[in-house]
Amino acid sequence: MESIYWPSFFFLLFAALACGFAVAVLLATNIVRMAFYLVLSLASTSGLFFLAGADFVGAMQLMIYVGGTLVLLIFGVMLTSQERFVEMKTMAGDWVLGFIAGSALLATLAWVAFSVPEWRGIDRAAAEELEVEATVAPLAMGLLGARTDGGSEQGYLLFFEVVSVHLLVVLVGAAYLARAKMKRGTAEERTTQVEPGAALPN
Amino acid sequence: MAEIINSVLNWLASWVGLTVASDSLLGFVLAAFVHVGLIINIVAVGALVFIWLERKISGRIQDRLGPTRVGGKFGWLQTLADGLKLITKEDLMPDGADKLLFKVAPYVSFCAAIAAYLAIPFAGGEYPFVAQHVNSGIFFVLAVLGLEVFGTILAGYSSASKWSLFGAMREAAQVVSYEVPLGMCAVVPVLLVGSLDLVYIGNMQEGLFTNWLVFNDPFTFITFFVYCTCATASVNRAPFDLAEAESELVAGFHTEYSGLRWSFFFMAEYGSMFSVSLLASILFLGGWNGPFPVTEWLGLTGEPSTISGVIDSIMQFFGLTAGGTSVAWYLGSLLGAANLIGKATLGVCIMMWIRWTLPRLRIDQVMTTCLKYCTPIAAAMFLGAVIWQYNFPHKNLFGLQDRPEATYAVSEGWQRAGDKVASEGGTDGTEQELEEEVSEETVSLPSEKTVAMSNSVGGGN
Repeated sequence: MESIYWPSFFFLLFAALACGFAVAVLLATNIVRMAFYLVLSLASTSGLFFLAGADFVGAMQLMIYVGGTLVLLIFGVMLTSQERFVEMKTMAGDWVLGFIAGSALLATLAWVAFSVPEWRGIDRAAAEELEVEATVAPLAMGLLGARTDGGSEQGYLLFFEVVSVHLLVVLVGAAYLARAKMKRGTAEERTTQVEPGAALPN
Repeated sequence: MAEIINSVLNWLASWVGLTVASDSLLGFVLAAFVHVGLIINIVAVGALVFIWLERKISGRIQDRLGPTRVGGKFGWLQTLADGLKLITKEDLMPDGADKLLFKVAPYVSFCAAIAAYLAIPFAGGEYPFVAQHVNSGIFFVLAVLGLEVFGTILAGYSSASKWSLFGAMREAAQVVSYEVPLGMCAVVPVLLVGSLDLVYIGNMQEGLFTNWLVFNDPFTFITFFVYCTCATASVNRAPFDLAEAESELVAGFHTEYSGLRWSFFFMAEYGSMFSVSLLASILFLGGWNGPFPVTEWLGLTGEPSTISGVIDSIMQFFGLTAGGTSVAWYLGSLLGAANLIGKATLGVCIMMWIRWTLPRLRIDQVMTTCLKYCTPIAAAMFLGAVIWQYNFPHKNLFGLQDRPEATYAVSEGWQRAGDKVASEGGTDGTEQELEEEVSEETVSLPSEKTVAMSNSVGGGN
């Protein structure tokens, strides 16, 4: 029992869970079950992130992909799926296409992964000495526009943040402009009041 | 007597050393079981107590009779009777239900409620009482608490009942939208302390109750109440319990559930109620630090002191040389855990008080409260806390802060960023004027710091 290396055990466990539920997404025919398996697959992926010491990214994965996006997805599915769309069958041609695309991607990723010398096996002595550093503080400094990794003086994350807030404002403005206008006043006023310059309906 | 105890302990220690410690698998499994057992029992026993408490409190507030027909002092057998009833009820499932998802949904909710406890510390210090010390703990807890809604949606969808679907959609809309102000409120203490680590945030509030972050400045004081409102809404308690409003829907997303599956949803609800109260206590109310530093006065902090010396000598008298300071530290941590659990239980009691006092809000009122009041107020409080921390980093509502290990990471970060900018270019006239204005207001700050800060404001953009 001495020889079990627990990080690899849990890596294999989470990886198997993630891949297994991903295959389950493919094989399921009910659209809500597909979404459910996708949630489990993404949650297992966040377990991989936690295992790798990237706890911020792991929590981000849980919050955004599992908590946010999939709730939206299931909402969309629940509200739009009518009787004939609930069950989905995949055509034979789609299977072939999907198989070609998926295996090409898998081959590329595996080739890249095995070409990195550090990823070929576990150096246990090095792995045990490795200390997980805090990941949040450099991220926070990056958000404030300063880089701490010494690569360059100036970070550019702040500008992306500003742009994203700008996009949010644009979205709110668009929603405000596009919404149905509510006229004030009583029903009688609304029927009689005509804007100056506008053509009369009759 | 002492020799017997000593020999038994020696035997136990050798057994542990030979069998558990030498076998990593057994040790690992044992440790995992202890942790999991503790966490599950927090939720399960917590629900057991809180259900009884809820009946008693509602009985007092609304002049109901409360548990009167069951035995035991104060009717404490009520929850056991409830549990027995729930276990023996028939497990029903609608004909058109999606059988797999219908069965899985309660467990999804329950697992999400339990998983939040993985990262919540119960006592701080050098060796905190926490199952997994996550570096960005508060972020993890908030992320996991948001997953509970997923089980709700699944339950509502798979029940094949339109009432369940309506209830689930209402709850999902409510919980997802209240996560926004909840997160913004939780960011304010993070900003003041400069860390996402819950253990660190709790340890920073050591000392008198004036060090609690709720008393840090007027903005955090208001933020605390906004947090409480949003937390109540995000765990679906009244007055925001429209998802299970029996006056409009039949019973919300769990209409079709019966027996034990139904009770899993309620254990999840009570579990998440307790975890948001724990979070409020750690973020705002000093965590495991009491209103007065009793642990320090008693000398139970882990450093050598009179009390730990006394405990040490008592242990030596009985022949138990386990190391007195570690026992004293353990006692101090237990006191801290009792402190935290007491505060959180008080929070749960206040939630119950609110539930049995206020009427239920309409769905549009729920949304208005979130989007038109809580979110803007939280944003404004965040800005206010930034400005306060910028100008008075060492002051709180009661005057000077007395934080022993305070590092003021945020102000220091600004200063560092400012130094970097200052080394690149000089200041011009307008920034000099700004610096003079700022330095008049801030007495406690050295003027170099304000120069650096005003530079960072001018140069950062």
